[in-house]
Amino acid sequence: MSTLLRAVLFTLLALSVPSAWADPPAEAAAASTAASAPAAATAAAVAPTPPAPSSSQPSVILNAQINSGDTAWMLTSTALVLMMTVPGLALFYGGMVRKKNVLATLMQSFAITCLVTILWYVIGYSLAFTPGTPYIGGLSRLFMNGVIYVKDIAAVAATKDTPAVQAVIGKVSVSHLGVTIPETVYAMFQLTFAIITPALICGAFAERMKFSAMLWFMGAWSIIVYAPVAHWMWEPGGWGATAGVLDFAGGTVVHINAGVAALACALALGKRVGYNKEPMAPHNLVLTVIGASLLWVGWFGFNAGSAGAADGRAGMAMAVTQIATAAAALAWMGTEWLVKGRPSVLGIASGAVAGLVAITPASGFVMPTPALVIGVAAGVICFLAATSLKKALGYDDSLDAFGVHCIGGIVGALLTGVFASTALDGGQAGSVITQLQGVMATLAYSFVASYIILKVIDFTIGLRVNEEQEREGLDVSLHGEHVE
Amino acid sequence: MKLITAIIKPFKLEDVRKAIGEVGVQGVTVTEARGFGRQRGHTEIYRGAEYNVEFVPKTKVEIAVPDSLAEQVIEAISKAARDGKVGDGKIFVLDLEQVVRIRTGERDASAI
Repeated sequence: MSTLLRAVLFTLLALSVPSAWADPPAEAAAASTAASAPAAATAAAVAPTPPAPSSSQPSVILNAQINSGDTAWMLTSTALVLMMTVPGLALFYGGMVRKKNVLATLMQSFAITCLVTILWYVIGYSLAFTPGTPYIGGLSRLFMNGVIYVKDIAAVAATKDTPAVQAVIGKVSVSHLGVTIPETVYAMFQLTFAIITPALICGAFAERMKFSAMLWFMGAWSIIVYAPVAHWMWEPGGWGATAGVLDFAGGTVVHINAGVAALACALALGKRVGYNKEPMAPHNLVLTVIGASLLWVGWFGFNAGSAGAADGRAGMAMAVTQIATAAAALAWMGTEWLVKGRPSVLGIASGAVAGLVAITPASGFVMPTPALVIGVAAGVICFLAATSLKKALGYDDSLDAFGVHCIGGIVGALLTGVFASTALDGGQAGSVITQLQGVMATLAYSFVASYIILKVIDFTIGLRVNEEQEREGLDVSLHGEHVE
Repeated sequence: MKLITAIIKPFKLEDVRKAIGEVGVQGVTVTEARGFGRQRGHTEIYRGAEYNVEFVPKTKVEIAVPDSLAEQVIEAISKAARDGKVGDGKIFVLDLEQVVRIRTGERDASAI
């Protein structure tokens, strides 16, 4: 290595502690340790430059360039979104099923968390978030290969009067989609989305799906459906992103995707034994409300975290999320009060979730007042979808995964096209037509692919438990456990 | 001996317990029950799905008494459990063939 380069590296080391993105001025070299004497002696007037991260694929930069504020927030967001699945969604669904199935329902969320984590690390992350083609990523990050956080030792050669010194340089890889945070954080943050999406589908087949079949389905779905759709909409080279489909935090990638897959499940598995004849009321809405609350709080990580930074955009995303959610909860509650005569606890909790779903694609693109409109629309429309639509079409989407997540996601995606504001920093122009393209493509692909995967599993090991197991309850028949 | 089974409104349990204690009853078994007679249940709605819940929560009180005490106990329960509204409950009186105290093996009169 040239002496000049070593001087450059040494200067960087001396100044790496206080700040990121520092272009260290040449004169600061004099203030560092004695060992920098060679640097001072040979440093030219050239200001050293940290490597620029790539905007099209993951790359390696220096630790010094990582933004600690962004990283702290993204670490927190990751935890918040993980909490949304365990125990948020687990409890939300768990409280709504009959007591004999509560453990099995919790188990689904928990097991999916574990399974998808491994698959994401092995191949999911690579397929979703490396360039590849417009339809699917490449295999460069298989087993998270290349995701690094390392020490590099560079030898600084001795000059005539001073001893040789070793410079320690910290290097870290970053995703092109989050250049101020370590790639590990980005990958884990995205993992939590990859986890909750399949977990949402469980609402459709509650109380009747075989655990083994569910594991196979979710594993295959995560790779065949989730990763490609995420790639389309969030990878810059993905066809959706290129076409201008706006999906800030996953209205399409997560909710429409999971929601329509849920419909495929409801149709493929059929109705529960005794559906519409026997009582199937929620056994403990306390669990459901706790779950909904954890979902709400965690959603700040989901939406505001999708800003990828601790900045004003995250702040605006948080604000619009809160407003839309509250509006939707009140709208559902109000509609139910008018139509059915009483406001219900399940209703207000469901309304809040519907609002969270609908604001998800819009959260980085809209201002507060449109967020209110989105919330109200979601509250009313999802109420009708979960009550009248389901009754009219006759499918058993047990916990309204389609009615709330797919329909709510579509409402949000289309209204994002209406309300997207270019006045916002990072905002883009919205087009309802473009949004519709994204919606239709996801509906078609997710439904067909999910249905095929289901049929293959049905043909091999079968999807449903038998009637006796269903009557006895999945807790006892699948897991040998029960709650008193 | 008689086995007196009373189905009462749950909030009346404390009053009934005091009342039978005053006439000399020393033991009782209490169970949670659901039921209806002429009392209407209620309707619950979960996301638009309506459930007619006909059963109303009740408390079942069972007491074993010697024949001589039966009428007093019936009176006591009736007075204490009466609310004056539909759903107050019923008392069933059954003939009790044998009673055994498990700890000592005593039977019948000395076991109540």
